[in-house]
Amino acid sequence: MGRWVAARAAGALATLLLMSVVVFGLIGLMPGDPVDLMVAGDPNMTSADAARLRALYGLDRPLHERYLAWAGKALQGELGFSRSFGRPVLEILWPRLGNTLLLAGLAFAIAIVVALPLGMLAARRPGGRVDYLVNLACFAGVSAPPFWLALLMITLFAVALGWLPAGGMGDVPTQASWSDAALIRARHLALPVATLALVQIGHYTRFMRAAMIEALRQDFMRTARAKGVSEARAVWDHAFANALAPVLTVLALSFGGLFSGALITETMFAWPGTGKAIYQAILENDFNLALVGLLIATLATLLGNLLADLAQAWVDPRVSLTAGPGA
Amino acid sequence: MSRVLAVLVALILPFTLTTPARAKDELVVAMTQYPATWNPVIGSMLAKSLIQSMTRRPFTAWDADWKLRCHLCVEVPTLENGRARRVTLEGGKEGLEVDLEIQPAARWGDGVPVSVRDVAFTLEVGKHPLSGVASAEGYRRILAMKPHDDKRFTLTFDRVTFDYSNIDLQLLPAHIDKPVFDADPAEYRNRNRFDTDSTNPGLAHGPYRFVQVVPGSQIVLERNPTWWGPTPHFRRIVVRIVESTAALEANLLSGSVDYVLGELGLTLDQGLLFEKRHGQRFDVVHKPALIYEHIDVNLDNPLLADRRVRQALLMAIDREAISRTLFEGRQPVAHGGVSPLDPMFSPAARQYRHDPAEARRLLDAAGFSELRAGVRHNAKGDRFSIELTTTAGNRVREQVAQVLQSQWRQVGVELRIRAEPPRVFSQGLNRRAFSGLAMYAWVTRPQGVPRSTLHSGEIPSEANGWTGQNYPAYRNAEMDRVLDAMERELDEGRRRALFAEMQRLHAEDLPVLPLFFRVDSFVIPKKLKGVVPTGHVNGSTLSVENWRWVD
Repeated sequence: MGRWVAARAAGALATLLLMSVVVFGLIGLMPGDPVDLMVAGDPNMTSADAARLRALYGLDRPLHERYLAWAGKALQGELGFSRSFGRPVLEILWPRLGNTLLLAGLAFAIAIVVALPLGMLAARRPGGRVDYLVNLACFAGVSAPPFWLALLMITLFAVALGWLPAGGMGDVPTQASWSDAALIRARHLALPVATLALVQIGHYTRFMRAAMIEALRQDFMRTARAKGVSEARAVWDHAFANALAPVLTVLALSFGGLFSGALITETMFAWPGTGKAIYQAILENDFNLALVGLLIATLATLLGNLLADLAQAWVDPRVSLTAGPGA
Repeated sequence: MSRVLAVLVALILPFTLTTPARAKDELVVAMTQYPATWNPVIGSMLAKSLIQSMTRRPFTAWDADWKLRCHLCVEVPTLENGRARRVTLEGGKEGLEVDLEIQPAARWGDGVPVSVRDVAFTLEVGKHPLSGVASAEGYRRILAMKPHDDKRFTLTFDRVTFDYSNIDLQLLPAHIDKPVFDADPAEYRNRNRFDTDSTNPGLAHGPYRFVQVVPGSQIVLERNPTWWGPTPHFRRIVVRIVESTAALEANLLSGSVDYVLGELGLTLDQGLLFEKRHGQRFDVVHKPALIYEHIDVNLDNPLLADRRVRQALLMAIDREAISRTLFEGRQPVAHGGVSPLDPMFSPAARQYRHDPAEARRLLDAAGFSELRAGVRHNAKGDRFSIELTTTAGNRVREQVAQVLQSQWRQVGVELRIRAEPPRVFSQGLNRRAFSGLAMYAWVTRPQGVPRSTLHSGEIPSEANGWTGQNYPAYRNAEMDRVLDAMERELDEGRRRALFAEMQRLHAEDLPVLPLFFRVDSFVIPKKLKGVVPTGHVNGSTLSVENWRWVD
């Protein structure tokens, strides 16, 4: 187990290093640099100004030199400044990471709590009335573009009914009690979480349904029933446990996505998360922010992979973490 | 079922009943952008300028009537009032001296008086090669600053220009930022207090000061107790950043936001629709702005080199019809880069009306007389097929491009549309990589001299580091002479004549095809009074102290 974790950690480090080269290269090769954008927006900038700024930002040096300079500083813990926010990169990303985790984590949790039972329910009688209704709802959720869904939510609950705020995180007065503060946050979270969760519920329900149908068809289910095990116990103890393995893999892999943020939902509800920050950073040529944001997302995905493997081993005793390939 | 409903109601009820009551001494406004820095001298961005107009004031700015007025100074310097004078500089060159006096009561939010020390520090930062100031030209033109006392000083300019009265200098607080700058000028852009300690009261000297900044999301301002002007009506202003204009509209309707800043808010088509649907709750003001939508013509393209061709292209476009169809006639047709609202606008310059017959005649005369499969060809067999590059994602521009394609087709000109992401588009433009036409917008200033876009010395090239904005590569010695003279001419009458000549030359040569002046839609709640759209770079927030809520 220890060797396995060490091997995975080494692999993750190598992947991160490779990703930093690829991302830095891709951003560097994109057309236009920040000085181009400044020149286009300011008729008073002279060629001397442009040359001075390129030298100041290091844009006059070859890409590999810029990468090495960045990597050298990053190894010393200096991840640089965000050009689009004028602040250290981590000062921008940390609070946003927390906001994104809160939003996406809640949506993820709600989606799991709703989707797993729904998938099981639908799988009990494939083609039946319940299955039909669940499938219909899932397809609606999966097909609805998040942009449209968000607008629908805002129009209904914020504009027409006036029940919930249309966006933002809400101002928590300094003298507010803990419960008041939580309520203000909850009111602002309700619509974006619901929007994200609705889309995810469709996906996860479909996974759970397919896995359960497969498990219910297995010989061990027939054997369990023949042994007189009650239907509920057969479903929970045997079918669900077996169906859970592939679903857990999918869920664990989705974990990485929580960190890279939900761009559309964050934009529509003015929720200051990482998705919006990374997207803006790429558009505005904010090297440091884009690079660090994408590396954090990569790290989270690798962590998700690790979790998926651990979860597999946990629910399925046939999976061993000590055996290497071909062992 | 009823139990499920009861649980649902119990869950939802606390969320719906606890909307915190908001006293109307607080105004919640929204806009679509967050600035890259709060430092007033590093970089220029509309979002920053709109918010900082609430927290600080320049020496002079244009008001809503397009008149220059003093904010941080006591009197606009002019030759007539003796606060400006011509001087002979070393080497015999002619320059200008301008006397300025800082408002006696002006103090930073921490009580320290605004003084000549701040002026000296601001000039030091502006001129320093490592400070990160984007355009240092304005600072370089100031040769010297001579202090007389704490509040009075004289600036010496290296040349005589007509706009000497417009001192658009944004001061930095020396008592706060100078130690940071002195420690490491090259790191000043990252470590200045505007970005690292934005809520420091000593950074503001306007009606409001920052009390909270959530990068990319929200700014909260409260009255600045040291403000010397009239006390603002609102105690607190919350500025929210909502990037999606659809969400912005919903926020406004739901009451989450009281007012959307017109300069950075709803688009004109949204504003028009909003007016129809909710005109009873809001006053919608469509204010033409100094945002000039136009098409740059690459004059190095042989198909477009003949000015008769360019005139024909302009006459083949029915701009009035486009404005009527897409903007209900609210977006005024441009006849050049000078807005009709600008005192320097000349109605005498040639104005092109929609005349497809004349366009066909001009194209025939320019040699493109042979029609093959509906497209004109010249005697050499060159097909009149050109490419129009524009920014992707700008719905209005994409619609206009399609109309152009259809209208030019009717006179035998084939148009290929190429929409590019803004950063790709701006690099192509800077490198003059567009083959035929490029459609985009310029933001201009009142009485602005279009040197950077029309002077032959401003053609971007590898040799000059791709600077200058004369992307069409327009070369006209007479235009260069007029532009040079316009900048130096102090007599208003003679300057008006030079502006008229510049507009005449431009209208004849058409290196740029003028389209429209963009319109800002201000959706103002009926109870909010005092918001006055200006239509130029000094936006409506410069009079924020006059905004008030009338129940």
